Amino acid sequence: MPHLDILKAAASSNQWMAIYPELLLGSLALVLLALEIILPKKQHAVIPSVAIIGQIGVLIWLAFNFHTVFLKPEHAYTFSGLLHHSEVGQFMRVFFLLASILVCVLGTIALAKQKMPRIEFFHIVLVVSAAMMLLAQSNNFILLFVALETVTVGFYILVSYFRTNPLSLEAGLKYLIMGALSSGLLLFGIVLLYGVAGNPTLPGSSANPMDFTALHTFLLANPNNFLASIGIVLVLSGVAFKIGAVPFQIWIPDVYQGAPTPVTAFLAVASKAAGFSLLLILTQNVFTPYEKLTTPVLAIMAAATILFGNLAALTQHNVKRLIGLSGVSHAGYLLIGVVAAGSQPLAIGAIYFYLFAYLLASFAVFGVMTHVAGGDDADQDLAHYSDLAKTHPFLGAVLAIGLGSLAGIPPLAGFMGKLLIFVAAFKAGLHVLLVVAIVGVVISIYYYFGWIKAAFFETWRAPLLEGETDLRPMCTPVGIMAGVALAMLALATVVLGCYQGAFGDWLLALKF
Amino acid sequence: MFTHLLLFSIVAPLAAAAVISAGLPVRIAKVAAALGFALPALIALHAWYHFAESAQDHGYAFLAKYDTGLQSLGIKLTLGLNGIALPLFVLAGLVGLAAGLYAIQSNAERLKTYLVLLLVMQGGLMGVFASVDIFFFYFFHELALIPTFIMVGIWGGRDRSYAAMKMTIYLTLGAMLSLIGLIAIYYKSHVDSFDLITLREELLANGLKAGVQNNIFGLLMFGFGILVSLWPFHTWAPLGYGAAPSSAAMLHAGVLKKFGLYGLIQIALPLLPLGAAHWAWTLAVLAVVGNIMVIGFITIAQRDLKQLVGYSSVMHMGYAFLGIATFTAAGIGGVVIMMVAHGFSVALLFLLSTSIYHRTQTFDMTEMGGLAQKTPVLAAFFVTATMASIGLPGFANFWGELTIFVAAWKFSPLLTVLAISGVIISAVYGLRSAARVFFGQPTEAFAKVSAEKPPVDLVWSEKFPALILIVALLFIGFWPKSISTPLNSALGVIYPAPTAQLPADNAK
Repeated sequence: MPHLDILKAAASSNQWMAIYPELLLGSLALVLLALEIILPKKQHAVIPSVAIIGQIGVLIWLAFNFHTVFLKPEHAYTFSGLLHHSEVGQFMRVFFLLASILVCVLGTIALAKQKMPRIEFFHIVLVVSAAMMLLAQSNNFILLFVALETVTVGFYILVSYFRTNPLSLEAGLKYLIMGALSSGLLLFGIVLLYGVAGNPTLPGSSANPMDFTALHTFLLANPNNFLASIGIVLVLSGVAFKIGAVPFQIWIPDVYQGAPTPVTAFLAVASKAAGFSLLLILTQNVFTPYEKLTTPVLAIMAAATILFGNLAALTQHNVKRLIGLSGVSHAGYLLIGVVAAGSQPLAIGAIYFYLFAYLLASFAVFGVMTHVAGGDDADQDLAHYSDLAKTHPFLGAVLAIGLGSLAGIPPLAGFMGKLLIFVAAFKAGLHVLLVVAIVGVVISIYYYFGWIKAAFFETWRAPLLEGETDLRPMCTPVGIMAGVALAMLALATVVLGCYQGAFGDWLLALKF
Repeated sequence: MFTHLLLFSIVAPLAAAAVISAGLPVRIAKVAAALGFALPALIALHAWYHFAESAQDHGYAFLAKYDTGLQSLGIKLTLGLNGIALPLFVLAGLVGLAAGLYAIQSNAERLKTYLVLLLVMQGGLMGVFASVDIFFFYFFHELALIPTFIMVGIWGGRDRSYAAMKMTIYLTLGAMLSLIGLIAIYYKSHVDSFDLITLREELLANGLKAGVQNNIFGLLMFGFGILVSLWPFHTWAPLGYGAAPSSAAMLHAGVLKKFGLYGLIQIALPLLPLGAAHWAWTLAVLAVVGNIMVIGFITIAQRDLKQLVGYSSVMHMGYAFLGIATFTAAGIGGVVIMMVAHGFSVALLFLLSTSIYHRTQTFDMTEMGGLAQKTPVLAAFFVTATMASIGLPGFANFWGELTIFVAAWKFSPLLTVLAISGVIISAVYGLRSAARVFFGQPTEAFAKVSAEKPPVDLVWSEKFPALILIVALLFIGFWPKSISTPLNSALGVIYPAPTAQLPADNAK
C-alpha cells in the first residue's frame, strides 16, 4: 500500500500545534455564532466582549510562545511545505491579531449606531484575520490563493455590511468587481508560473511547481524565461491591488468611503499589511533571480503611488476618502522599502517597523473617526471635526497624535518608520525615489495638518438660526474599552517614537 | 546625579508637561510649569559656571550616552556640551525661563494646554543644543517645532490659521531637506554612526569628494537656511511671528531659529569644508543683499510693531549668514555670540511688544504715541531692547556684529560695507518705532483707548522675565569673555588651522 505510506508521511508533517492561533480564532468565530443561538436576545451584548477577550487570550498565548515555533529547524516547514514559519511570520500573526482586536473594538461602537445584525460582523472579522495569518506564512501558491480568497470574500461581505446605506452597497459592488479582477490576474500569473516551472524540458523543472522553494530553484536555473517574467508581473499586479499601489489604486476612495469605518480601518491596515508581507515573501524568497525585472517595476510603482496618493488626498473633504488616499501614499513609502530590501536587509526591519507604526497611528485616527461619525457612516466631513479639541479634548489629543504619526513628525513612531525607510533607501542608492518621497511628505503635511486645523483651530462660531440644527453629528461618548484602546495606541505611538529598545534591535536584525 | 545633568534638563520640562496634562488644577499646574522652566535654566547656569573645570572628551563636557534601541543604525542618545553648544544651551535655558514665567502669568485661554505645549518646546530646545548625536539633534528640533505650529494656530492673532499653515509647510520642507543632508553625511562617511565626534574624526582624516560635499552642503544650506529664514525663503517668519502668541514667538525667534545656524556651524562647516567654500559666495550675497538690504528696507516700512520685530529678526540673520560664509574662526565665533545676543534681544522685544499691545490694544504703530508719559519703565525697557538690537556697545550684540564685520572684511570689503550700512537701517527702524510708540503726542485712537482704560506701567510679572533677558544681555556685553573663552577652545578643536586642498586619492 504505497499510497497509504505517502499519506502517512504527509500527515506526519501536519503539526496542528503549529497553527493553533489560526485554529483558535476559527473556533472562536464558531463559538460566537453558537452563542448567538444559545443566549437570549437581551444578552447578545456580551458576544462582542467574548470575541475581544478571546482574542486577547490568543494574543497573550502567542506572546508567551513567540519563539517556540521555530526553535527546532524541522519545524520551520509544516504541512508538507505549505507553511513556512519564521520570526517574520510570528510578527505578522501578532500584527493581524492586534488589528483584529482593534477592529472588533471599533465595530462595537460603529454597529451601535446602526440597526444591523451584530454577531456576524465579528465572526467574519475573526475568519478573515485567521486567513491573513496563514497568508503571511504561506509557502505555496495554492495555500496563498486559498487564504487570499478567504480574506477577499470576507471583505466583500464586510464592505457592504451597512446594507441600508447605498454607498456601502456601491462600495461592496466595486470591491467585488475589482477584487475579482485582481484575483483573476493573480491566478493567471500563478498558472503561467506553474506551467513553465512544470515543463520537464526546462532545467530545474519541478513536479511541484506551486511550492515556493521549488519555483525559486526553477527561476534560478532559468533567469530569462519570457513566460515566467509575464507570470511574475501578473502575480505582482494581483498583490498591488491589495496594497493599493498605482495603477491598481482606483478602487480605494469609493470603497474606503462606503465601507463601515471599522472595515475601512481593517482594509487600510490589515489588508495592506497582508499585501506587503506577501510582496516581501515573493520578492525576497521566490522572485530573487528576476530582480532585474521586479526592481524597476516596483520602483516606478512606488514613485507613482506616492505622488498620486498625496496629490489626490490634497483636495478631499471627506475624511474617509482622505485617509484612504493618504494610505495609498503610505503604500508608496513602503514600496520604497521593498525596492531597497533587494540590496539592504535593513529595509525589511524598516518595513515592519513602518507597518507597526502605521497600525498604531491608523487605528488611533479611525478610532476617533468612529466616535465622531454620525448615523450616515459614509458622510464624514472635515467640517464635522470643528471644535473637537475643545468639546472632546481626549479625542482631539488622540487624533493629533495619530495624524502626526501618519505625517511622520517626530517624536512619534511614524517618523521613525519613515526615517528607517529613508536610511535604507539612501544605502541602496535610490536617490530619485528619496526626492519623490520628500516631496510627498511635504505635500502630506498640508492635508494632515488641515485635519488637525479643523479639529483644533477652527471654532464652531456660526450662531444657529432658529430652526437650524448643528450639522455636526453627535459624538459618541468614549467608553472604557475604547478609551483604554485609544490611550494605549497614542501612548505606544509616542513611546515607540522616542525609545525602541529591544524591539528596535530585534526588528532591525530581521531577515528572510 | 551630575552625570545625567543634561538628560535631566530635557526630561524636567517634559515631565512637568506630562504631569500637567494628567489633569492638575490650574494653581498647582502653574507651580509645576514654573519648576519645569526653572530647572533647565538652573542646570544651564550650573553647566556654564562649571564648564571650564569639568572633564572634557574631544572638547565635550558632561558627556553621557544612552541606548534607545537603534544602535545597529548608529543612533544613540549622546548628550554633551562643547564651547559652541554651551552659550546656546544657556540661551535656551534663560529665554525658556523668561518665556515660561511670562506665559504662566498671562491670562491665556486654555492656559494648561498652552503651558504643556511650551514645556514640550522647552524640552526640545534643551535637547537640540545638548545633543552630540546628529540624529537626536534633528529629533529634538522637531519636538520643539511642532508645538509652535499648534500654538500659533490656537492662540495666534490675526491670520493665525494661514500663518500656522504656511509656517508648517515651509519649516517641514526645510527640516526635510536638512534631514536628508544629515542622512547623506551619515551614509557617505561610512562610519555607521550619527555621533558627531566619530563623524568629525573620520571626515577630518578622510574627507568626502568635493562634488559630494558640494551637494550635501547645498542641501544643508538651503534646508537650514529655510529654518533660519534665509532670503528669499523668509516669508513664513514675519507672518508667523506676527501671529504667534508672545511666549511662543520668544522661544521660536529667540532660540529655536538658531538651530539652523548652529547646525551649519557645528555640523556642516567642519564636516564639509570644501562644500562650504563652494557655496560661500552664494550664501554671503543672499545674506547681505537679501536679508540685510532688502529685508532691512522692508522693515523700515512696517506699521505693525510685531511684524517689525519679526522682519528685524529676519534681517539680523543676514549678519549670521555672512559670518558663516567667511569660514574663519573669528567669523564663526562672532556668529555664536551674535546668536546668543540676538536670542535675548529679540525675545525681549517680543515680550515688550505684547506688553505694549496690552496697553494700547493695537500693534499698529500709527495708532500709538506718547505712551512714555504713562509708562516710563516700559519705555525705558523698550529703548534698552532697541539699543541692544541695533548693536550699541555695552550689549552682547555689539561684540557679535563687530567680530563678524572684522572677519568679513577679509572675505569681501564690498559686502562688509553693505552689511555695516545695515546697522544704520536697523537704527532707523529701531529708533523710529521707539519714537512712534512712546514719544510725541498721543494719537486720537490711542487717546480714546487710554481714556477708557488708563495704561498701567510694567507690572512685576512682565518686569521679571524682561529683567532676566536684559541682565543677560548686559552681562555678556560687559564681560564677553564669559562665553568667548569656552568658544575659543571649541573653535580651536573644530576649526583647525586652514588645511590645504585634500589630495584627490585621499578623498572618498
